[in-house]
Amino acid sequence: MKLTLWTYEGPPHVGAMRVATGMKGVHYVLHAPQGDTYADLLFTMIERRNHRPPVTFTTFQASDLGADTATLFKRAAQGAFDRFQPQAMIVGASCTAELIQDDPGGLASTLGLPCPVVPLDLPSYSRKENFGADETFLALTRALARPCDRTAEVSCNILGATALGFRHRDDVAEITGILAQMGIAVNAAAPLDATPEDLARLPAAHFNVLLYPETGEGAARWLEKTHGQPWTKIIPIGAHATREFIAEVAALAGVSAKVDERNLRQPWWSASVDSTYLTGKRVFIFGDATHAIAAARVARDEIGFEVVGLGCYNREFARVVRSAAKDYGLEALITDDYLEVEAAIIAAAPELILGTQMERHIAKRLGIACAVISAPVHVQDFPARYSPQMGFEGANVLFDTWIHPLVMGLEEHLLTMFREDFEFHDAAGPSHHGGKAAPPPAPILEPTADAAAQMIEAAQALAQALHWLPDAERELKKIPFFVRAKARRNTEKYAAEKGVTQISIETLYEAKAHYAR
Amino acid sequence: MSLDTPTTGCLHAPVLRERGQREVFCGLTGIIWLHRKMQDAFFLVVGSRTCAHLLQSAAGVMIFAEPRFGTAILEEKDLAGLADAHVELEREVERLLSRRPDIRQLFLVGSCPSEVIKLDLSRTAERLNARHGPSVRVYNYSGSGIETTFTQGEDACLAAMVPGLEETAEANLLVVGALPDVVEDQCLSLLTAMGIGNVAFLPSRRASGAPKVGPNTRFVLTQPFLADTAHALEGRGAQRISAPFPFGEEGTTDWLRAVAKTQGVTLETFESVTAAPRARARKAVAAHAETLRDKTLFMFPDSQLEIPLARFLARECGMVPVEVGTPYLHRGLMEPELALLPNTVLSEGQDVDAQLDRHAALNPDLTVCGLGLANPLEAAGHATKWAIELVFTPVHFYEQAGDLAGLFSRPLRRRALLQGAAE
Repeated sequence: MKLTLWTYEGPPHVGAMRVATGMKGVHYVLHAPQGDTYADLLFTMIERRNHRPPVTFTTFQASDLGADTATLFKRAAQGAFDRFQPQAMIVGASCTAELIQDDPGGLASTLGLPCPVVPLDLPSYSRKENFGADETFLALTRALARPCDRTAEVSCNILGATALGFRHRDDVAEITGILAQMGIAVNAAAPLDATPEDLARLPAAHFNVLLYPETGEGAARWLEKTHGQPWTKIIPIGAHATREFIAEVAALAGVSAKVDERNLRQPWWSASVDSTYLTGKRVFIFGDATHAIAAARVARDEIGFEVVGLGCYNREFARVVRSAAKDYGLEALITDDYLEVEAAIIAAAPELILGTQMERHIAKRLGIACAVISAPVHVQDFPARYSPQMGFEGANVLFDTWIHPLVMGLEEHLLTMFREDFEFHDAAGPSHHGGKAAPPPAPILEPTADAAAQMIEAAQALAQALHWLPDAERELKKIPFFVRAKARRNTEKYAAEKGVTQISIETLYEAKAHYAR
Repeated sequence: MSLDTPTTGCLHAPVLRERGQREVFCGLTGIIWLHRKMQDAFFLVVGSRTCAHLLQSAAGVMIFAEPRFGTAILEEKDLAGLADAHVELEREVERLLSRRPDIRQLFLVGSCPSEVIKLDLSRTAERLNARHGPSVRVYNYSGSGIETTFTQGEDACLAAMVPGLEETAEANLLVVGALPDVVEDQCLSLLTAMGIGNVAFLPSRRASGAPKVGPNTRFVLTQPFLADTAHALEGRGAQRISAPFPFGEEGTTDWLRAVAKTQGVTLETFESVTAAPRARARKAVAAHAETLRDKTLFMFPDSQLEIPLARFLARECGMVPVEVGTPYLHRGLMEPELALLPNTVLSEGQDVDAQLDRHAALNPDLTVCGLGLANPLEAAGHATKWAIELVFTPVHFYEQAGDLAGLFSRPLRRRALLQGAAE
């Protein structure tokens, strides 16, 4: 048993719903109690879909449990087929139905429905949403893909995009455009917008482009093993990775890697002098593994930030994140406990958080700038405009999105020069934001999980051993809030190293000189 | 119009009873407003990742603050050994209470999985009460989807609190149902102005303000979904005041009149206290009624507020209900409402696909439905009002009557605005 306030991932059957809802011509019959239908609103409200997800819930109640839930399931499955006439059906159980062990797959097979029926066996009490999506896509691919000849012209499939995915719609469009420039046709993109017929002819492609390992790697591996299709390993997020991705694709397809970069503006935006102020800004990154790793690379190598924290919530990918973190001299944070993430953010004192909807909560509480880079996301992260994360346009979008929450360069200088102006003070927030930000609230430390609590205790113990003299404390307050936490931390660290217990103005400036970049 | 207007109403109308897919929330959803209402309470759901995901998906639409609720997520090993599950749960509660010393009331909330594996939360609650009482009071109730639909979660929660209420022989008035604080204050000031003293609310904002109950207690419901709570209070000897629910000018007046009658308030006092707010409410509703008059109304089952709201929309706003769906129809509580509701199709329970077909055939001017259906119906050309807003917005009593009407007129006005601009 584990106490959870917020969860990064839903249960595995929600992952299955993301696949079914993303596809066309598929219907999902889900053995589930009344109330599990809440999941519809993820798609109709958060993603603003204009159709009900293609999911029939059996919605059994207590009175059904004593009677015959198996018949209820069969009736629901038959009814769903009759009404929706899907080309393929998936059947499965949610967490509660898993306990009553009705075997949806077996029950559905007794109906003899005239379409492929794919049973899902998703362990609700040990796995989560991404696993559910990956398994479902794999199960559908295994059931539906038929051996077939490769297309005459070079082609590939794009794998992994689902409903409710973070910018999946636009990423697929962006990558399709790059592939088209290289003369590579897209045989099928799946699961998002694919039909069962598209899955049947997946083996006709020459290779696979895997955009989202979290939800598509199972299918990519199976297609490689069964149908001999190699798949791309580079995720084209950021200008550098996009170029490498193009080279990887070019090698697989035997075509030129020359792609028009005229619309890639991010490198110049980053090189232009106005961006100088971005140098070394401390950024904390947390999300799904794929997006977090990619964001760290863009943050350091393309924008010039300092990565001070890196982690992911999906343990399945812990290994790659750990090894990526080493590259930044960091210990990766692998957890799905939002309080642990909060504690790590407090300890790292970043100036910018790149995270999920959960980190947006944390950033709001702590008064730290934040941009969203990964699912789970909310309705405001499904924009009306074209806004990919991948490819060259994606690189442009990342620059704009991450820079927007920060105080701009000259404004930052003015704040530093005239610290006590009653109108133009740091607590007023960046002036290009409409709403006037309230002063950052004092962080309220939630007692947290053990590891995080230890980190905080260590920091507090350090602070208690040190005493800030009133002059130094006043001087510290003159430092703009977005660097104040860093200054305090550096000074205390410096003082501790030097064995100084009374922090004076001199200590503050000695520390500043010591850590000068 | 008032109660004595000759009307056959829906008292004897046939009810279409449906069995099929129910597109409704489970009772856990009530935690979203209950945890804000009771400021020293924590709601600990004992359930699965699905429960946690439901709460944040339903809540995520609305709140961005640190929640006073959480989910103890059952894992594989908890399913294997139930004895261990109890131990694990107690350990999680210990942790929680040491982390949140401000908690005075802890609700252990059962879910579908905890009920199917027959995890006995009352036993855990008893043990925890022995250990942490009286400073922390531990309750348990079920918010599971197999037992409860949406607002029934509040009913189960309040009913669970009733046995623990202190006994009194004094005459008092108990107003039952979680109301927004501003509405509760308005209600109290109306009652006080009529000279009614000794008024208490269930639930109270804090544990220390919990009402007392006994044979001289009269209670009145502010929400139509509190059947089990009413039953529990009657079990403690309290007497229920039967009334329409306080939605709109008419509903509020009838509700107050029913209360006033039991408290010996004179007609003059009643009139003088209610005259001004009644006039205000009528005026505020009238502005929206212009938009709503003669428009047809279809209500999908959601919160059990459907019948009182249809009554308000029909009688005060001039709408024409063509189908009023409700997850449960509790005749005992709903009698005064049914008597007022103009004849219409009443449906109880749900078979969502069949209901969508009826809806498409009727093509109503306004559809009240849950979040899962709203956008698909909008996209199909129907003006909709999401039902969940009705339990998250102050809508009771006189001063909110105009706001309540506004919730329904806004989708129609918006549609007209966007269409007007497109021409």
